[in-house]
Amino acid sequence: MSFVSQFKSAASVKTGDLRLRQFIRTALGNYEVARDKRKGAFQSWESARQAAAETKWEAINHLDTHLESLVAKLEARGTKVHWASNGAQAREIISQILRDKKARSIIKSKAMTSEEIHLNDALEKAGYEVVESDLGEFIVQLRHEAPYHIVFPSMHLTRGEIKDLFQKELGDAPSDSPEDLTMVARRVMRQKYITADVGFTGGNFAIAETGMISITENEGNARLTAALPKTMITLMGIEKVLPRFADLALFLPMLATAGAGQPMTCYNTMYSGPRQPDETDGPEEWHVVLLDNRRTELLADAEQRDSLHCIRCGACLNVCPIFRNVGGHTYGTTYSGPVGAVITPHLRGLQDWKHLSNASTLCGGCTEACPVKIDLHHHLLQNRRNASTSEPAFFEKLAYKIFAIVANKPAFWSLAKQIGWLTQPLQSLVKGTALDPAKAWTKTRDLPPQPRESFKDWWKNRK
Amino acid sequence: MKNGETILSEREKILGRIREALKVPAPLPGSHGETSTHTTTESPASHAREWLPSVGASAAEQFDLFAKNAADLKADFQLFNSAEEVRQALARLRDAEKWQRMATHSGGLTDAICPILSVPLLRTDRPYDVQDLEKCDAGISECDALIAQTGGVVVTNRSAGGRALSVLPPHHVVLARRAQLVADLPAAFAMLQQKYADNYPSMISFITGPSRTGDIERILVLGAHGPKKLTIFCF
Repeated sequence: MSFVSQFKSAASVKTGDLRLRQFIRTALGNYEVARDKRKGAFQSWESARQAAAETKWEAINHLDTHLESLVAKLEARGTKVHWASNGAQAREIISQILRDKKARSIIKSKAMTSEEIHLNDALEKAGYEVVESDLGEFIVQLRHEAPYHIVFPSMHLTRGEIKDLFQKELGDAPSDSPEDLTMVARRVMRQKYITADVGFTGGNFAIAETGMISITENEGNARLTAALPKTMITLMGIEKVLPRFADLALFLPMLATAGAGQPMTCYNTMYSGPRQPDETDGPEEWHVVLLDNRRTELLADAEQRDSLHCIRCGACLNVCPIFRNVGGHTYGTTYSGPVGAVITPHLRGLQDWKHLSNASTLCGGCTEACPVKIDLHHHLLQNRRNASTSEPAFFEKLAYKIFAIVANKPAFWSLAKQIGWLTQPLQSLVKGTALDPAKAWTKTRDLPPQPRESFKDWWKNRK
Repeated sequence: MKNGETILSEREKILGRIREALKVPAPLPGSHGETSTHTTTESPASHAREWLPSVGASAAEQFDLFAKNAADLKADFQLFNSAEEVRQALARLRDAEKWQRMATHSGGLTDAICPILSVPLLRTDRPYDVQDLEKCDAGISECDALIAQTGGVVVTNRSAGGRALSVLPPHHVVLARRAQLVADLPAAFAMLQQKYADNYPSMISFITGPSRTGDIERILVLGAHGPKKLTIFCF
């Protein structure tokens, strides 16, 4: 099945699931209330957005020098930095580290880059024990499915479903209260932090000035992952760079506000090296893997380069009417929602993924929600333009040519109106079936009846 | 391989692709037809203080704000007048939660207060066994700053007993002096830059409330993996 038919069939199943839609709408409605309250606490959210956009612009448009500075500073304190052009290279680098360390078990904190390169799959096939420590990621890992949302991985599941899952997979689910279920995960994970050979993390920001990687999380699982195992591996996209340490004073509260309606995420932690000679805990070795995986192709598109400013807060997903109704899994991509629709065609091929840019109302809610002012809905239009320029659709072109001829000649236009009056009653007989030429529209909607009198006639006949 | 031809490392390949891509300039950020407001050479984020949530000017206002923010985060913040009062408050906590073991590190405040509690102490600023720390009922640490704007604290592994002390035991108690309160996030970053210059601790953590999750139906649960309780005693 092609990606587009997979999207269409999953979308029609999900939009028919009214219970799920209501559940998601309630959760995201609550998010919006909390986010607006936090935005309101800013003296000027709009000025902060503009400054954040300019800061990321500076970072991305001087990415080479910032990366060199970041890496030089990291290496100066004993961190081993690796560069991966694609997912296969990144997986091989990580596997090689695991073999060198004779590792068996890995505790992971949440990293979308790891989903992007399908790391868990590869490691599990190679026989490693891989445990996701973030509660939402742990839940979807037990279900063998991808995260539903880049920030809230398990937001599509009810407490009852999670209780049943824990009962089946862990044999431990005292009740369906979120408190009890969270404590089950806490118990399962505690010893794993201590006994795991390797701790694996992602990164939210990389500071060029000081050579640090900043990790944002609420649960403390990343803190523990970066404290207890002897070896730490961090996988991060090359676009995560910020120029200065002090830039975090702006980005940390903005990420928390846009991402989850929080004033600050509970733990924002900056790492600048493995355990130093005067320190008593932390990993003996820290490996940082910098991932390109076609980000440089996105960088080469100056028009859409700002989509590399994305800080993965998920705000555009949360407000998107398409995401809310078709759900995260329907996209079939690591990054879903508006930003996923913009970048996936660059990361995985325009013709295969152009349909995501069509699955949009172009309402602009995403652009307005974005804390770094990525011009998301215009980029969706640009993807549509690029897709049809590089591979024009024959029938679409023909239809527009005919329309142009008809619309340009009053006689043809009036003839078309007559035909419309005559044929519309026939259309209602075949509405939504294979015989209906307007099937794509009328399958789930009514075609409004053509009025007897056109505006032109009314204007001519008015008294 | 021909003479003189070298195999490029992945690093050189990626940096090469970046430089090639950047030959075409990108439109200014967030402009979409407008002109950028950023005209000077200073950092765009350098005025963050003017846009972030406001904090009062006086120390009293800032302590009030810290207390309010900490309460919103479900952290327990108490302001005292002497080290003796802090000692008594800690003793009450010890009794209420029946601490059998606690962990701490050497420091001006911790050394003055912790030994008097007569609970077996694990020190994490010297080599220690993680399993021992895991069995502790509380971790007591100092911090680098309290931030009025967020109601959170800043710790580093150098000033707060390593990476694990503030996150492994189920109750994290922070001991702080009043002078450690800073107004806002820009002030906290400036303080860190001034204090550590080019020799940063390998971990700096902004802790804003006790560990939490909302991953089940977006309902707040405290103590997901880190401490269920965060107590901040300041004098």
